[in-house]
Amino acid sequence: MKQVTMTVNGRSVTQLVEPRTSLADFVREQLRFTGTHLGCEHGVCGACTVLIDGEPQRSCITYAVSCDSAQVTTIEGFDDDALMADMRTAFHENHALQCGYCTPGMLVTARDIVRRLPDADEKRVRLELSGNLCRCTGYVGIVRAILSVLAKRKAA
Amino acid sequence: MKPAKFDYERATDVAHAIGLLKGSGGFTKILAGGQSLGPMMNLRLAQPDLLVDIGRIEALKRIEKTHDSLFIGALVRHAMIEDGKAPDTTRGYLRSIAGNIAYRAVRNRGTVGGSVVHADPSGDWPTAMLAAGASARITSANGARSVGLDAFFTGAYSTVVGEDEVLEGLSVPAFSDHARWGYYKICRKPGEFADSIGAVVIDPARSYARVVLGATDGAPILLPALASRVAAGQAVSIADAGAAIDAVHSGFDPFDRQIHATALSRAITKALAA
Ligand SMILES: Cc1cc2nc3c(=O)[nH]c(=O)nc-3n(C[C@H](O)[C@H](O)[C@H](O)COP(=O)(O)OP(=O)(O)OC[C@H]3O[C@@H](n4cnc5c(N)ncnc54)[C@H](O)[C@@H]3O)c2cc1C
Ligand code: FES
Ligand code: FES
Repeated sequence: MKQVTMTVNGRSVTQLVEPRTSLADFVREQLRFTGTHLGCEHGVCGACTVLIDGEPQRSCITYAVSCDSAQVTTIEGFDDDALMADMRTAFHENHALQCGYCTPGMLVTARDIVRRLPDADEKRVRLELSGNLCRCTGYVGIVRAILSVLAKRKAA
Repeated sequence: MKPAKFDYERATDVAHAIGLLKGSGGFTKILAGGQSLGPMMNLRLAQPDLLVDIGRIEALKRIEKTHDSLFIGALVRHAMIEDGKAPDTTRGYLRSIAGNIAYRAVRNRGTVGGSVVHADPSGDWPTAMLAAGASARITSANGARSVGLDAFFTGAYSTVVGEDEVLEGLSVPAFSDHARWGYYKICRKPGEFADSIGAVVIDPARSYARVVLGATDGAPILLPALASRVAAGQAVSIADAGAAIDAVHSGFDPFDRQIHATALSRAITKALAA
């Protein structure tokens, strides 16, 4: 076991972890932030995407022990984030989820697309979404939700 | 889909990392971004006893421009190059390649050094850096050495980097103002590992031309005969590329031969049109 200290959703946590514990299992099993989902566990599906030091990363192929002193934000950590609030509303309005399994990772990625690429068009949004798989929606609603937030921000 | 048990140590500097690598009795691996090692360990294709995490070694994050080259520290992440955090000394070549590796969340953690040492035949940096004429700086307890990438890859997932050595970074020659390049990946889906990669760099001012085929069954392959043709400004059809491939590698099945010839021909067309 190794001791690790990191900030998760604004709160500092110090815990013992096995080196092989992924960041995803750490936040789910030890901290009970179960909004982070695991699909493939090898970096392909995007369900486990969280922010590490502000940037989206895969929590399934990142060891918790290697995140010592990092700032981690899971889907539970965006309550005060205006952009994420807009994105949640847009997902709701555009029917951008059905079962919801992909949604936490989709929202983290979607927020990052808007933050990083304010001029993205539909083609770019689809390209940027290629690392997040959805088995339900066919992506149309997700793409529309992201485009609507992009448009809203441009108009503002 | 969980890794087998392993021990973990975080190295504070390169010497410490080398000490940890040398001191361990069992199967030890360096951990950089973990974006190749992580999947392999989750699939239990790799079961190291000890991971030596080099991720916090500041010296390996260095990006340095000299008058004729760019040094990229091993820990520089793909996304940093994608975002233009490294000076552009290659007429946009490195930046364009970085932005098309995997997905943003992977690019935010995966490193250039990890990609090159991992030497996945379908990885982008091995083929792209070889085409650019890069050399690797490798450090061991006995000091540092520099190895051109043409002598670096020894096969699929295999390089000259020893078990107790650390790749410090890559030195990439600066392209001249008239250099041209072409890069073409054949992928089933954006971000997925390529089925074939063609990479071409032509820089007459430095009398430099390289054509490389990647995503084969082994190390990336240099095609000097095609490079001379391209240097002379001659177009290369898919049939021509296929014939050039046959001259250096006879083992491809007709499907692989065709996509490799196509990737090469398209990369060359792009370079000549640039
Ligand atoms: C879903 C997915 C898709 C991907 N798609 C692509 C793609 O399209 N193209 C592509 O090029 N890559 C792709 N990758 C791989 C990605 O680019 C990795 O970041 C990269 O291959 C490895 O870098 P890393 O820092 O994560 O290395 P790690 O996984 O940490 O290490 C890889 C290997 O290199 C060794 N190593 C690392 N650093 C050093 C060093 N400095 N000195 C000595 N040894 C070292 C390690 O011991 C290990 O054996 C993909 C990854 C995922 C998860
Ligand atoms: S669970 Fe991490 S990418 Fe699929
Ligand atoms: S909503 Fe079910 S997987 Fe996306």
